[in-house]
Amino acid sequence: MSETALAIALAAFAAGSVSAMAWPSGPGARRVSLASAFVGCVAALALGIDVLQSGISWTWRSGALLQPLGGVSLRVDPLAAFFVSIVGLTGAPASIYALGYLRELDGGVRGRAVHALFNVFLAGMCLVPLADNVATFLFAWEVMALSSYLLVVSDPKQEGAPAAGLWYLVMTHAGFLALLAGFVILAQDGPLEFPAMRAAAGALTPAAQGIVVLLMLAAFGSKAGLVPVHVWLPRAHPAAPSHVSALMSAAMVKLGVYGTIRVLFDLMPPLSPWWGGALLACGVVTALTGVLYSVAEVHLKRVLAYSTVENIGLIFVGPGFALLMRGYGNVVLAAMGLVVALFHTLNHAVFKSLLFLAAGAVVHGARTSSLEAMGGLIKRMPHTAVLCLVGVLALAAVPPLNGFTSEWLTFQLLVAGARYTAPALAIMLPLALAAVALVAGLAAVSAVRLFGIAFLALPRTDGARDAHEAPATMRAAMLLPALACLILGLVPTLALTQLTAVVTELGLPMGQLDTGLALVLPLVGSQLWPVAIAALLAGAGLVAAAVSRTSRGYPVRIDTAWNCGRIAQSPRSEYTAAAFAEPLKRVFTGFYQPTHEVTVDVHPVSPYFVRGITLRSDFAPWMEQTLYVPLVRAARWISNQTGRLHTGSIHLYLALLPAALLALLLIARWIR
Amino acid sequence: MTVIVLAVTQCLFLMIAAPALVGYVRWLKARLQGRRGAGMFQPYRDLRKTLAKGMVIADTASWIFHMAPCVVVASTVAAAALVPVISANQAGDQLGDLFALMALLILGTIFLALGGLDPGTAFGGMGSSREMTVAALTEPTLAIAILSLALTAGSTSLGTITNTLLTTPSNAIGPGHALAFAAFLIAMLAETGRLPVDNPATHLELTMIHEAMILEYSGPYLALLEWAAALKLTLLLTLAANLFVPWGMATSDGAGALAVGLAAVLAKIAVLATLLAVLETRVAKLRLFRVPELLAMSFTLALLAATSSFFTR
Repeated sequence: MSETALAIALAAFAAGSVSAMAWPSGPGARRVSLASAFVGCVAALALGIDVLQSGISWTWRSGALLQPLGGVSLRVDPLAAFFVSIVGLTGAPASIYALGYLRELDGGVRGRAVHALFNVFLAGMCLVPLADNVATFLFAWEVMALSSYLLVVSDPKQEGAPAAGLWYLVMTHAGFLALLAGFVILAQDGPLEFPAMRAAAGALTPAAQGIVVLLMLAAFGSKAGLVPVHVWLPRAHPAAPSHVSALMSAAMVKLGVYGTIRVLFDLMPPLSPWWGGALLACGVVTALTGVLYSVAEVHLKRVLAYSTVENIGLIFVGPGFALLMRGYGNVVLAAMGLVVALFHTLNHAVFKSLLFLAAGAVVHGARTSSLEAMGGLIKRMPHTAVLCLVGVLALAAVPPLNGFTSEWLTFQLLVAGARYTAPALAIMLPLALAAVALVAGLAAVSAVRLFGIAFLALPRTDGARDAHEAPATMRAAMLLPALACLILGLVPTLALTQLTAVVTELGLPMGQLDTGLALVLPLVGSQLWPVAIAALLAGAGLVAAAVSRTSRGYPVRIDTAWNCGRIAQSPRSEYTAAAFAEPLKRVFTGFYQPTHEVTVDVHPVSPYFVRGITLRSDFAPWMEQTLYVPLVRAARWISNQTGRLHTGSIHLYLALLPAALLALLLIARWIR
Repeated sequence: MTVIVLAVTQCLFLMIAAPALVGYVRWLKARLQGRRGAGMFQPYRDLRKTLAKGMVIADTASWIFHMAPCVVVASTVAAAALVPVISANQAGDQLGDLFALMALLILGTIFLALGGLDPGTAFGGMGSSREMTVAALTEPTLAIAILSLALTAGSTSLGTITNTLLTTPSNAIGPGHALAFAAFLIAMLAETGRLPVDNPATHLELTMIHEAMILEYSGPYLALLEWAAALKLTLLLTLAANLFVPWGMATSDGAGALAVGLAAVLAKIAVLATLLAVLETRVAKLRLFRVPELLAMSFTLALLAATSSFFTR
């Protein structure tokens, strides 16, 4: 059945991209193409769920397709199926959303291109986890990267899109090269098929192993957004159309997680626990960096993009922990680490796609993307506000939503790890736990700030005052992930039991999980019963509401806010997004390195008469400055030096040709 | 069945006793400051009065403003349901553990902050921003203190932690226990908005945190919020008492054991509340930007506690 589903999905994506280009002008192209995308996503989801439940994996090979590169090999196993189902799960609402969101592009060439590329992007993302040889993997990887690049730069009016696209393109291709090099070293002269590589990987020397791990982490980390190779992410996500940002954040960066797990836990032999510690530290640093920037950023979609960086960090804590525990010989804990990582991958995919879709609706409705220009949207966009609140609460990891469940599991994971391992980890695991707790707390700050500044209080600009509610298709599309947030939060075992099958397939058996409503894990001495907590919350909340309604002796009066006796209330006196983050900026001064620039304009007669004060406050992007500026400078220097050869003299060029040939022959001889 | 009845009774006990605890602290503080002070049951009268009053709602507020008090109450009550009070056999362990309790308290904080932001006044935003900052910075300390408890008890469930400590009292001798207790107490002061982090007795000051958020609330909503704050204080004090000094708690369902447990918990809370009142009389409020230093100190204590628990478990 899953073969058919894959065929349907790929056919639908192909039909979607062709029809977007070929359909007669008008809204038809949009509808047909996005309907195809939706069908494809549903088929992909069906494929994923079917394989996850049955556990049947199959392979398919064709030597004719991509023949010069060694043919196409596909294999569906539970791990691949899980990631395909994430693509389907988030792609389906994104397709519905685009129906309303991109209505303005009807009839134009750009609209057609965006719909066609959207389908290609989805197809690429579905194929990456299914690839079973290097050629297919890299081909699908590149299809995904290029189509998403084109989507990022698709809006000419979007300020900064070309620069964002360039960052993305350079990072993703540097990653591609690293990936290629890593695969070639991993294969060691053998065939570039994953099964053969898996069999041969045991023969790698420790040094080669280390190089492969580093190359793979650089490549997959740059796709996923691990610090310090995350820099493209907060640039590219805001530039892309919102349904594409949702997919990039929910599905595409997750394929970096997929690649890491596939290579480190499937293709490669067991690694030393040292790598686990390094990966865990990398995840924690990524999470902290992401959340600190997300708290301070004022651009709505960039807040969400940094929050993606944060969550990727939290996800990478899982594989790092798993490597560490496998190194210490505790297979069950290692399996739990991966299960928690995969579960958070799913949860984040769901709530972040919801939030990006809501952000798109807000930017669309209020015609601004800066939090400082919003405000009061809850009255103008009531449905979007409710849906966004669900996403925001999931982001803040509070019960009874899904973000809380994965945070709880991460905490339990680190506690269990600390209990069952040597005192060698006596500082590392408590520090990791503290960092995860700090990240959770700061994520709550970021969530409150996002919702409170954008949706509550008075509108700060005319754009926010005249904001309109999103079309029905967009709201319906947001409803799907919102429901998924609630369901995964209330019944986490629904997904967790499937995930144990995934890690068992990777040689890390975890045993059968309890399928009841309560969450009971092996080696964890405590349990969680989300439905009961939710019921308790609902019950107590309703009683409180009833008490406040029945007890009051006088009717409710609606009047101006008291505000400690201040009479005039204007949006200018509201708390701003920057002000909300100010205490944290002061606490973490060393991280933000804020710059303050105050200019006081005084009257020429006397300096005591101030006519105006301007304050510019920003924080230094020191990570980019220290890491990337030297690289860019070096690249520019090299290209300048190379440019000197381009004198225009054909004799010189002819002389260079044999010189290059000779150099290549020498290198080839040296390698053999 | 008795387990559930006991759990409900314990939760109700916390809910009913909360205003009295706040009243006691206020009365004692007044006595220590040389004032006569209102009696310890004054908060009940205040609650009755505010509940019966009408409400003025800001015209700029949305439904979040109405929802916030209910969610704050709901999350605090749900957190209270997890706390073992009289008996160490805790039915709340089925629902969740200390991490769940932390998350429930954060849920309340989030809605309190949203309620503060909703009317669009400067004070509300100020309070929300500060409250969220303090809450975020307290999280790591709480998490590590929980870890050091869990390392010796083998679980993060509240009932299991108290039971383990009751059966093996030697666990309490280690340095980890004392350090974790100190860290937890400091974190608790920050969580409940007591001195030196926030002054519960101030209104209309630029330094206020909790009071700034509830400035626009009146009538029944204000009563609910005040009561939820009292409940939060009570449940955290009970938690500190029973997690770190569980002796006296009932381990069986007998009436005698339960009576002893009740007396023990009342005594322990009274001691902690007295300490709180003395502390609040002795120290001045810290500048907001000095609060992180205090929290960093409690974090260091908690980290030491967790590390030493590794070697003594």
